[in-house]
Amino acid sequence: MTLSYYTVIILLLAGTIRVATPLILSALAGLFSERSGVVALGLEGMMLGAAFGSAAASAIYGSAWLGLLVGVSVSVLIAAVLSFACVFKKGNQVVAAIALNITISGLAPTLALAWFNQGNQTPGLTNSAQRFLEITLPWAKVSRTHPFPGLIYSELISGHSVIVYLAALLVPLSAFILYKTRFGLRVRAVGENPHALDSAGISVNKIRTQAVLISGVLSGVAGTYLATAAGAGFIPDMTAGKGYLALAALIFGNWKPYRALGACLLFAFTDTVATRLQGVPLPLIGIIPVQFIIALPYLMTVILLAGFVARPEPPKAIGVPYEKEN
Amino acid sequence: MEIESHALELRGVQKRFGSVYANKSVDLTVLKGSIHGIVGENGAGKSTLMHGITGFHPIDSGEILVRGKPVNFKSTEDSIACGIGMVHQHFMLVESLSVLENVILGSEGGIFLNEGLHKARLGILALVKAYGLEVPLDSKVSKLGVCIQQRVEILKALYRGADILILDEPTAVLTPIEVEELFKLLRNLRSQGKTVLLVTHKLKEIMAVTDRVTVMKQGVVVLNVATVDTSAAQLAESMVGRPILLDIKRTAASRGELLLRAQALKVFDLSGVARLNGVSLDLFAGEIVGIAGVSGNGQSELLEVLAGLVKPNEGSLLCKAALVDDWVDITNATNGPRSRHNLGIAHIPEDRLKLGVVPSMRAEDNVRLGYEDKAGGDHFLTDPKQITRECLNLMDQWDVRPAEPMLSLDSFSGGNQQKIVLGREINSEPRILLVGQPTRGVDIGAIEVIHKRLMALRDKGVAILLVSVELDEILSLSDRILVMTSGVFTGEVSSSKASENGLGLMMAGIADKGGIR
Repeated sequence: MTLSYYTVIILLLAGTIRVATPLILSALAGLFSERSGVVALGLEGMMLGAAFGSAAASAIYGSAWLGLLVGVSVSVLIAAVLSFACVFKKGNQVVAAIALNITISGLAPTLALAWFNQGNQTPGLTNSAQRFLEITLPWAKVSRTHPFPGLIYSELISGHSVIVYLAALLVPLSAFILYKTRFGLRVRAVGENPHALDSAGISVNKIRTQAVLISGVLSGVAGTYLATAAGAGFIPDMTAGKGYLALAALIFGNWKPYRALGACLLFAFTDTVATRLQGVPLPLIGIIPVQFIIALPYLMTVILLAGFVARPEPPKAIGVPYEKEN
Repeated sequence: MEIESHALELRGVQKRFGSVYANKSVDLTVLKGSIHGIVGENGAGKSTLMHGITGFHPIDSGEILVRGKPVNFKSTEDSIACGIGMVHQHFMLVESLSVLENVILGSEGGIFLNEGLHKARLGILALVKAYGLEVPLDSKVSKLGVCIQQRVEILKALYRGADILILDEPTAVLTPIEVEELFKLLRNLRSQGKTVLLVTHKLKEIMAVTDRVTVMKQGVVVLNVATVDTSAAQLAESMVGRPILLDIKRTAASRGELLLRAQALKVFDLSGVARLNGVSLDLFAGEIVGIAGVSGNGQSELLEVLAGLVKPNEGSLLCKAALVDDWVDITNATNGPRSRHNLGIAHIPEDRLKLGVVPSMRAEDNVRLGYEDKAGGDHFLTDPKQITRECLNLMDQWDVRPAEPMLSLDSFSGGNQQKIVLGREINSEPRILLVGQPTRGVDIGAIEVIHKRLMALRDKGVAILLVSVELDEILSLSDRILVMTSGVFTGEVSSSKASENGLGLMMAGIADKGGIR
């Protein structure tokens, strides 16, 4: 049975949402960090740490929620180390973040081997309580019998894990925090001109640390999603550059929450389409080599970021440790 | 009862950075409802003292009394709560935020912004009414001119309930007319019972607006008088510790041959806006041509084009080359600044730390910068001894202190750094000297030296183009003055006929042929 174009599109979009979720969470994490003036290259490490932490805890205690708690804790711990090095000790933000990323990518498989002795992985999460399973919303089965518009409800809106809905909720929430609250104003100010905040009697270090810790929480959720919702356990380097991709989406979205969301969805859509295209012959071109298809989303990222689409306006004080002038 | 009339009193305030005293037992009394001036050279400890008063850099020892009550400020938060507001020389504004957001930053009045923004709007409108401080509340700060930005800073302080207002070099970025407006505002604030501390290096302004003045030198107070009882000359002398000639003696210029001709130069920036919009200029040997104007009106671009840093988009540039003594078209010269040296053109950039030197390098290496193939050896190997010798020579000629060629450039004061740059460029014996802001961040003593040297060079027949935001400097050095607004020359006056007021009006674009007494 061949699927109608309508069904194909709906399934592509549903796939896009699943792929986009960790990107969105990670991009929001980067949003807080970068808007406060701290380079968010540590997203990758925080996410990977959380993926390992959540998978390990879930495997041991048999609870996905406990996995989320541990995953987020691990990520926040990494964020705390980062903010200690970059905010308080004025270290080079890029070097510190890359060092942490490399450390985590080595440490997680090592611990996995030591604790579980199943290669470099955590045990597979086979029990349903160990994972965030897809939730079928009420009436989804009924609506499926009327493909239009029923499929939109049953496939697009229903049938995702709780973290997907959480991510969807976190976008407007982050925008609200950034633009409508006192904390958000201070974050935006400290990333542009920390001297202004300091002269107004607000601690630059405090705001930046808070922002980086929030970044840790969000990255933690993203990592947990990878290990306990999208996947079923930890495998080495399972983030596969998603943290960097999220950073790219953030830049492409000009450090604004909704635009970053758009960029994440675009990246995820290309990824989903690319996967779908594997082995499918296209008119005139024939079958596209798999390698090219896999490279497609990254290629697009490079082209987009090279400035063909928009001129990025980064926060002015990004990457510069704050020091009082004499 | 006596103490009630003191807005601020300092007793034996000390602050040390490492082993160096930035402030040493400073006593200072500021009367309520007065404008109190604080002057001193760079590094005299004025800023440190202000940072001590605001708690930005808490003092080491001594006492600060606000309205007679001893206080102990640990951060700016404490001093703001105590009614002290500071307007920094470099504005503490977030350019991407609106005026309103900037004003409430730090005292937002609640977790959510809406209520605070609403309350702030009402509060600010009341202040605007009381002091006549008109500002567009919802504009982004980046869209505002410096004069308005300064008003935002003052509003910010007043909105936080400042009752003692500290202004650090507030007139550095203003046109003479804007300065007058600022002074009017300060007098208005005084009449409503506010106390103003004015930190500046411009003695004329001190004389014009303050009630009392305190002079600082090397971290201590050396003079404390009522303004009516002193003079600019006395203040200058106590700042430097020796008599200073404020007005340079001028001799009549003997204009020589034409050396540089620029015609209808145009430069566009990235967004296509004309920064130079058809500038023509003749430069003759043995004259100083001053370019007056509010900064950002194309003076920097003019210097950059003449110095070969930027190619003009339109127009032509001809120069009488030193080596062949004939006219050369240098409009599209490749290898810009380097080839300019061979033509006999030297350039002292406006931003010396960015374009003139490498701050982290030794003084002796900075002395060779741009002239590496001439000083100390051939193109490949260098002769360290000769380099040191040449640097020592220059330091001796220009009285650079300390005379240590091995010291990194950033450990010299602004004045001494500038002397090194001037010495380097002038020693290359140029026929044309382009000078941008020669005395920015330079102390009075060094200013005197620099001005004298520039006059001497002119008398030797060098053509000098002088760009400066200091009108006094333009007036006292130039033989001809060109006024620049929005990328074009809007007026030319000979220095004998120029006055500060007239120039100010021309700079503001009010009078076309003004500048005549």
